[in-house]
Amino acid sequence: MFVSNEGPILHADLDAFYASVEQRDDPRLRGRPVIVGGGVVLAASYEAKACGVRTAMGGGLARRLCPQAIVVPPRMAAYSAASKAVFEVFGQTTPLVEGLSIDEAFLDVGGLRRIAGTPTEIARTLRADVAEQVRLPITVGVARTKFLAKVASGVAKPDGLLVVPHDGELDFLHPLPVERLWGVGRVTAEKLRTRGITTVGQVARLDETSLVAMLGKASGRHLHALAHNRDPRPVQVGRRRRSMGAQRALGRRQRSPGELDAMVAGLADKLARRLRAAHRVCRTVVLRLRFGDFTRVTRSHTIAEATDHTETILGTARILLAAALPTIEREGLTLIGLALTNLDNDGAVQLALPFDERSGSALDSTLDTVRDRFGSAAVTRATLLGRDPGISVPLLPD
Amino acid sequence: MKIRVERDGLADAVAWVARSLPSRPPVPVLGGVLLDAGADGGSDALTVSGFDYEVSATVGVPATIADGGRTLVSGRLLADITKALPAQPVEISVDGARASITCGNARFSLPTMPVEDYPQLPAQPDLAGEVTGEAFAQAVTQVAVAAGKDDTLPMLTGMRLEISGSNLTLVATDRFRLAMREFSWSPAEGLADAAVLVPARTLADAAKSLGASGATVQVGLASGDGLLGLAGSGRYTTTRLLDAEFPPYRQLLPAQHTSRAVLQVSALAEAIKRVSLVAERGTQVRLEFSEGTLRLSAGGDDEGSAEEELPVDYEGESVTIAFNPGYLVDGLGALHADRAELTFTTPNRPALIKPADENGDVVPGYLYLLMPVRLPG
Repeated sequence: MFVSNEGPILHADLDAFYASVEQRDDPRLRGRPVIVGGGVVLAASYEAKACGVRTAMGGGLARRLCPQAIVVPPRMAAYSAASKAVFEVFGQTTPLVEGLSIDEAFLDVGGLRRIAGTPTEIARTLRADVAEQVRLPITVGVARTKFLAKVASGVAKPDGLLVVPHDGELDFLHPLPVERLWGVGRVTAEKLRTRGITTVGQVARLDETSLVAMLGKASGRHLHALAHNRDPRPVQVGRRRRSMGAQRALGRRQRSPGELDAMVAGLADKLARRLRAAHRVCRTVVLRLRFGDFTRVTRSHTIAEATDHTETILGTARILLAAALPTIEREGLTLIGLALTNLDNDGAVQLALPFDERSGSALDSTLDTVRDRFGSAAVTRATLLGRDPGISVPLLPD
Repeated sequence: MKIRVERDGLADAVAWVARSLPSRPPVPVLGGVLLDAGADGGSDALTVSGFDYEVSATVGVPATIADGGRTLVSGRLLADITKALPAQPVEISVDGARASITCGNARFSLPTMPVEDYPQLPAQPDLAGEVTGEAFAQAVTQVAVAAGKDDTLPMLTGMRLEISGSNLTLVATDRFRLAMREFSWSPAEGLADAAVLVPARTLADAAKSLGASGATVQVGLASGDGLLGLAGSGRYTTTRLLDAEFPPYRQLLPAQHTSRAVLQVSALAEAIKRVSLVAERGTQVRLEFSEGTLRLSAGGDDEGSAEEELPVDYEGESVTIAFNPGYLVDGLGALHADRAELTFTTPNRPALIKPADENGDVVPGYLYLLMPVRLPG
């Protein structure tokens, strides 16, 4: 029997996604440094990255680093549409797609040799299809494990293809800097660096015990496994989210309690609708706050029975907000967010006594229907009329 | 202040008062216990009190008073100390800012807190009626089980007390179940009908501790001041009423049923506990009723599954209804009966559980309404 020396896992990652969409839609931006987002950099084209501009960097710093850059406002609807189109191409490629975010996914193409060719051939076709159908550059890493496929695409960026053959895995992995390992951020890299460890190969030569002693149990074991290229996780289709969140960055201006309440109501509306669309229920509501000095806190409350009821979720969020108002008044607020966690499928639902007419699901399902047919802005709360709804970051379908 | 008291009487009194004190008082004095030695040398010459603006507790202890006076010390510390004292008379004296406690060869010295900063204890409200402590404690316990625990829904953390002549009705609900107990008591002369909302947990604690002594409990009410008072065996407590609207519930109590089952309480409760071991997050147990048999099941294909059959007296069509096993067991436990009657209509409508006698007839006075779990599909 023929034994394959490559694949079966593809990691496909769109390059500088938001910026690429902007360059695609506006020919004047092509080949030039583009920054998406004025306040904080949401994305930077490779031309801008060459000047040192990074995602999440402050806008002022980015413009100083790259004065010739063209700054464009984000067009979330366009990114959302582009993401959908790319995921359609993924879906045409293989049924085994595990989306990681809107611009990134694992694809298992192991069973497609007879109908579609080797993983390398499939990866080439995928890149060509995305270029042709969506007109966006995408980088694909091909390897035996998810981890290695992701490392490969990271190395191959931008607009590249890198295949790590099974007999060349350690040769590929060991010369790489430790930062390429999944889960190695600045702090861990620094810890390793102070001990003179800079490459994956050096990590691999350490035994697990000393790694655990250096980095703690979880991190140590994780890195030990990755450095030896042990990653048994399969590509999972339809992996469920463990939380749903939405947030809004605010300027430094003092906000009135009424404004904050309206924002929380808007976030709760949005999240509750998403929750119901995904056929899920939540038990915990989390309020995220970032104060004037950029310190962050979260406040959460767990309710007795799981719910997808907007009023219940909003009521809980309002109590959390009310409790935090004195601190907000003192410290100022630069970000407000809401997250629903403790998620479960909405299969079985504990029924409640209908004490008031709003306790039922009739209002929610009516509003959902209206918004599905006529758009999110078709119906809104009176308190939200004329207010900026904030940007909606595109998301993978739940 | 200089007094001498019996160790047991003092320890019991301080323990009882300290129970109702907040574990983390917002200001230190509210975590204190007030010792008040009257100058008249009466039989209950020492009163021990605690108050945190929500709940007050006062109890008298016989004492020999050499020198009257008042002092305020940490309630938790005093409770720990008196509990540990040997069985000998206790001498308490206050000198300046310190209180000293001497018992046998043991000697303690505690800092005192300023009595002037302590809030005025509320007066015991006017008598509304009387009931035996045991009956009251049982009724409150039966109802408190259904009260909500989520402080973000204050009206559901309360127990509603409805006074209608010689009838007293207690109700509590967390929206998923509702417990109601009706019983007769001896109302005070000329008492007007009333309905108040009392914090359920506080009431349950107070009723339990007063009921245990076996004496009669006096219920006092000062709706205007928002206070409920309970008194029995020399112990007095007040609790602040909840200023919230209890949801209208009467019209939600099912008036009729199409299915009726009579079951052995202990056998059913044990079977539910066994079967629900495999219920994911303890969410639901399915009850399949058919003539003569109740089949309990939980879990599913992705997890473990379990089933058990029980004999049942059942009238009605075959039906499957699902409940949260914890709520169901709570209700069965609150019946205080060997047999239970379960009535319902459809799997998505409320079910009623009531205590039944040996013949399967309902023992009136108590009901536990339980909302089912809606199954998918």
